[in-house]
Amino acid sequence: MWDRKDQNRSGPSFNRRDFLKGSGAAVAATAMATSNELAAQDKTKSKIASAEPATITLNVNGKDYDVTVEPRVTLLEVLRNDLNFTGCKEVDDRGTDGADTVLMDGKATLAGSRLAIECVGKKIQTVESLRKGNEVDPVVEGFVKHDAMQCGFCTPGFVMATRAFLNEHPTATLDEIRAGLGGNICRCGTYAGITACALELAQKGGA
Amino acid sequence: MAELSVAWGPREENKLLGTDVPRIEGVEKATGHAKYSADINTKGTAYCKLLTCKQGHARIAKLDVDDAKKIKGVLAIHVLQDVGDELTYDGQIIAAVAAERPDYADDGIRAIKLQLEPLAHFVDEDDLETAKALDAEHTEVVEEETVVKEESAKLGHMVRVKPLADDTNGDVAAAVEKAKAVHKGYYGVHTISHMCLEPHGSHCEWTGDDSLLVHLSTQNVSGTAGQFAEPLGLDAASVEVVCNYIGGGFGSKFAAGEWGLACAELAKEIKRPVRLMLDRPTELKSAGIRPSGFVEVTIAADEEGRITAWDSHHWGSSGLNGGTVSPGVMPYVFTFENLNRRATGLVTNTGPQQAWRAPNHPQACALSQTAIADLADKLKMDSYDVFMKNLEQTKRPEVYAEEMKIAAKLIDWKAKWHPSGEGNGPVKQGLGMALHTWGGAAHAATCLLRVHPDGTVESIAGSQDIGTGTRTAIAIVVAETLGLPLSWVKVTIGSSKYLRSGPSGGSTTIGGVSGPNRRAAIQALGKIFDLVAAKYKTDAAMLTVRSGKILSDGKEICTWKDACGLIGAMPLEVMGEGPKDDGLTDAQVGGVQMADVSVDTETGIVRINKFVAVQDCGLIVDLMTAKSQVYGALIMGIAYALSEERIMDNKTGRYINADLETYKLPRIGDIGELVVEMYQPDSEYQRGVIGLGEPPVIAPGAAISNAVANALGVRVPVLPLTPQRVLEALKGGAA
Amino acid sequence: MRRFEYARPETEAEALEMLNDHGGNTAVLAGGTDLISLMKRELVTPDRVVDLKNVPTLTEIREEDGGVRIGSLVTLQDMQRHPLLTEYQSLGHVIDGIRSIQIQHMGTLGGDVCHLPNCWYFRSGYGLLAIDKGVSLVETGDNRYHAVFGNQGAAKFVSASRFAPGLIAWGASVQVIGPDPNQSESIPLEYFYITPKMAQQGVAVLKPGQLISHIWLPAAGQRQSAAYEVLQMEGLDWPLAAAAACVEIEGGVVRSVKIVMGHVAPTPWVATAAGKILLGKPLTVDAAAQAADIAVSQATPLSNNGYKVQLARTAVKRALLKAIGHSEGGI
Repeated sequence: MWDRKDQNRSGPSFNRRDFLKGSGAAVAATAMATSNELAAQDKTKSKIASAEPATITLNVNGKDYDVTVEPRVTLLEVLRNDLNFTGCKEVDDRGTDGADTVLMDGKATLAGSRLAIECVGKKIQTVESLRKGNEVDPVVEGFVKHDAMQCGFCTPGFVMATRAFLNEHPTATLDEIRAGLGGNICRCGTYAGITACALELAQKGGA
Repeated sequence: MAELSVAWGPREENKLLGTDVPRIEGVEKATGHAKYSADINTKGTAYCKLLTCKQGHARIAKLDVDDAKKIKGVLAIHVLQDVGDELTYDGQIIAAVAAERPDYADDGIRAIKLQLEPLAHFVDEDDLETAKALDAEHTEVVEEETVVKEESAKLGHMVRVKPLADDTNGDVAAAVEKAKAVHKGYYGVHTISHMCLEPHGSHCEWTGDDSLLVHLSTQNVSGTAGQFAEPLGLDAASVEVVCNYIGGGFGSKFAAGEWGLACAELAKEIKRPVRLMLDRPTELKSAGIRPSGFVEVTIAADEEGRITAWDSHHWGSSGLNGGTVSPGVMPYVFTFENLNRRATGLVTNTGPQQAWRAPNHPQACALSQTAIADLADKLKMDSYDVFMKNLEQTKRPEVYAEEMKIAAKLIDWKAKWHPSGEGNGPVKQGLGMALHTWGGAAHAATCLLRVHPDGTVESIAGSQDIGTGTRTAIAIVVAETLGLPLSWVKVTIGSSKYLRSGPSGGSTTIGGVSGPNRRAAIQALGKIFDLVAAKYKTDAAMLTVRSGKILSDGKEICTWKDACGLIGAMPLEVMGEGPKDDGLTDAQVGGVQMADVSVDTETGIVRINKFVAVQDCGLIVDLMTAKSQVYGALIMGIAYALSEERIMDNKTGRYINADLETYKLPRIGDIGELVVEMYQPDSEYQRGVIGLGEPPVIAPGAAISNAVANALGVRVPVLPLTPQRVLEALKGGAA
Repeated sequence: MRRFEYARPETEAEALEMLNDHGGNTAVLAGGTDLISLMKRELVTPDRVVDLKNVPTLTEIREEDGGVRIGSLVTLQDMQRHPLLTEYQSLGHVIDGIRSIQIQHMGTLGGDVCHLPNCWYFRSGYGLLAIDKGVSLVETGDNRYHAVFGNQGAAKFVSASRFAPGLIAWGASVQVIGPDPNQSESIPLEYFYITPKMAQQGVAVLKPGQLISHIWLPAAGQRQSAAYEVLQMEGLDWPLAAAAACVEIEGGVVRSVKIVMGHVAPTPWVATAAGKILLGKPLTVDAAAQAADIAVSQATPLSNNGYKVQLARTAVKRALLKAIGHSEGGI
């Protein structure tokens, strides 16, 4: 079907078993985070969660929460319906709108495209964490100052995307902002304010 | 009592009115603490999923929900369309399943046994000829009425073509005969969906056997309780509709909707709160569309560029009721002395229309001001000059002329303009413009203003904030009138139990709430001045208020708090009503928009370089949120001009792009440089408050299409101007 | 979504075991940006989902046999920043075109390479080939985004992978492991994709129970590369057509070249003849245009997608020019 020479060029075959053995120690060291339902005798079996509801622990905004859900339940659903972090919005099921953006271990992540059970052991940060008493994150302040919102439904997701983007690109240019925030949709058309907010913060080093 | 005039004060004395005030609920929205109907999660809330029609047209042959009801976690099933019922479009709701969790509701949907008998569908709304051919085959005239033949009716055929209007004025033929230039063109604009990010839906909770609390995503807080009450057999007084925040409406959220009633029924049945929000495909397919329009037009002008004749026939569809763009707004903004206009509606198997931001105007603008620009090309004139020349055939020539001059300066029209099609290299640049008009009169509304003895002030009304900044506008009006800092005014809106306010549609809200709040605040101030005058033995007529102090002839008498201390133990309450003919509000605005675009002739991709909007709207309450309305409208305009459209698949009869991957909306990088200039000479301030939500969304289609035509020297006739349509036009493949 | 078991292996061997130790349907979860959505729409209905994110060996980028191996679970963001990949510019062009920090962070190379078609009939539940009562919906319905090459059989969708054209142009191979833990095979990516005649054949040679462990790229050497995607929108969007080119210039003339088009056929589409005519000639604008014309000369557009031929032509021309650092001339 294809040129065998090509195949050879792509590297000699190696003994996969040896290779796996070699890396075994490192793998064992990164043991899976605890979750009650996975405690079982067989090592492999213990890494399989049945389709039934089971209790898992999620760390959201620095606090552990136990929720009892089936593996098919998304992080978005748990955040919104079980834990009432409703700043995270459900808009489309294709992961194209960004309204469900949270930070997972610091990275912008679509909560609707993650199963809740995948997120055990991760640090999840929702938009609600950007206000503590009267203190708000500079991104929130900037969104308000530049009126980067109208109906406000996409706003929390955009705030989180902007926060994540500026964390990674604290001195971003206008073009970088336009490219970096292309994963979110606003229907009211607040992009001018969001751009102004992100640009101002980037000029101050990302705040 | 002190007689105070309600008229807006001298412009230069305003502290808040007309300045940039960030919206007062900004932090709530930006941190996710603002609760939308989709976010209501009271204890025990059950969640819904919908079974919908996945064909263009069908009859239900079998529907059995018994097994589905037995599925783990399923609580109840509400059937909206039953055996024998006709489903007339893809996405129509058949049943709603309520369950402990959304996934269990999915399990329930899957277990419903549904059989559909397919019926004939027609979804090609631009295809007048096929619609006529279908009617020729399947209909007959009986007693002067067109009806479907019996055999055809059984197969699901319908009368597809509906003549709507045929008006004539003057003598078009004679004017065309005499004209220097005559242009014949074809233009079109496809259907779009409202596509609210928060879908239509509600959270319903029965607070007793006969009382219902609905968190409804609505633009019509005061008007929807009755829509729930009657079908549910309740007194209207027993229903409370609450909407503190709404995630987009754009004209599609005035009603309870069948989904709202289904939610209430399910909640009643299971005696638990139920949340039912439409899923994304159903939101796109069923919750509201803007009708399409396609036109064949002949337009003529004399040698000076004055347009002398207009002759058009347009068609399109709004779905099953066979409407299209209202003929009344054709041609758009301009009234020509010799005029023929005809309209035909097509009956299609598509979801129902709802009012979409400036109903009919954006399409009419795109169908007629494109023809004007092409006529300018034929005259070998700059389209700017032709528009200018014909302003006398509009209702507000002086304002448009001023706005055109400002816009032209901002976009550097005279330096950048070139005859259409000139330019080297694969990327061509072009300029285009269009102008628009809208009413924006204040709606009927009442508010309660409460001044507390500690000096704080509350304004309460059954209004809503669809993104306009309603709360902020109310706070500005009250604070400005009472000479207080903004933070002393608390605004409470969003319940049908509060004083009634009109629905937020048609750009009526800011005028609607400003008048009553100004009147109430002035009245409250009069009462407080009386108390101050009595206590401090001064003349109430001499009193003024400024920066939290009551002054007489410029000298401080007491602080606002001292004055409010005189109210007594109970707060002072005043009602404000509107609209009134006292000069606080007005109607009729206009605006001019100019677009500078680049078109890649090798890919057909259009990019916005710069987009200028000059907009009048009378007295501006909050400059910042007013400008946000215009920015937003431009972006929504870029959407339907360049990328956004409902795509109906003729083969399956389905809305084939009902997701955000293929229903393409602009993102932050797609908008170019937007320049918003509010036209606000003193003459505008003197007019009073006028709504602004609709007008700036009208002109983008025509302005951008004109800019693309100027760049290419070829008209891309149908919006949105996708790469496919641009390349086909360049190839001469398009009509 | 339907119910499923969730498995979280920590080694490749475990992953293969979990894929193969039961009789049911299994899905492999990488970044999740497409699979979760496919499961929500019940287009993919596994009994078990095997989540590979915790297998460290799958997330490595390292040198191997004079080239670079990229683990299948490496995210786009990790690729973008990796010093070993800076020479493979076409890959960076694709990452830059995926304008979403969320997808750049979540999306994986393996997930992209195995991405199922975006065909709207497939995504609406009519199956991979979208045949309804013996009739091709694509052929008779709205095919504006469908194939203009390789569309004469039942399959008329376009291959969704955005990296495949660039990887194939570089001569990349995929390492397929399983179903048995000691089975491992290197397959040139060019031969990885198939045009199915029946829906159950899928879009690639990957069999049930197999995984891609990594992609291997040969040394860049003197070759230069570029990818050019025709994107209607500036934000997150799928290309209407794309091309990648890998070119070696020696003494001012083309010594070797490989051109691969994307989103125009059920598989990535190698433009062999177009490459041939460039050999031994300077890569001028005219030569690139001529190659582009040849690249699309055999196109067989459907009823409503003729414009895509022009887009593919433009993509080829611009990818060639971009590869050698010339201005490609678009917006």
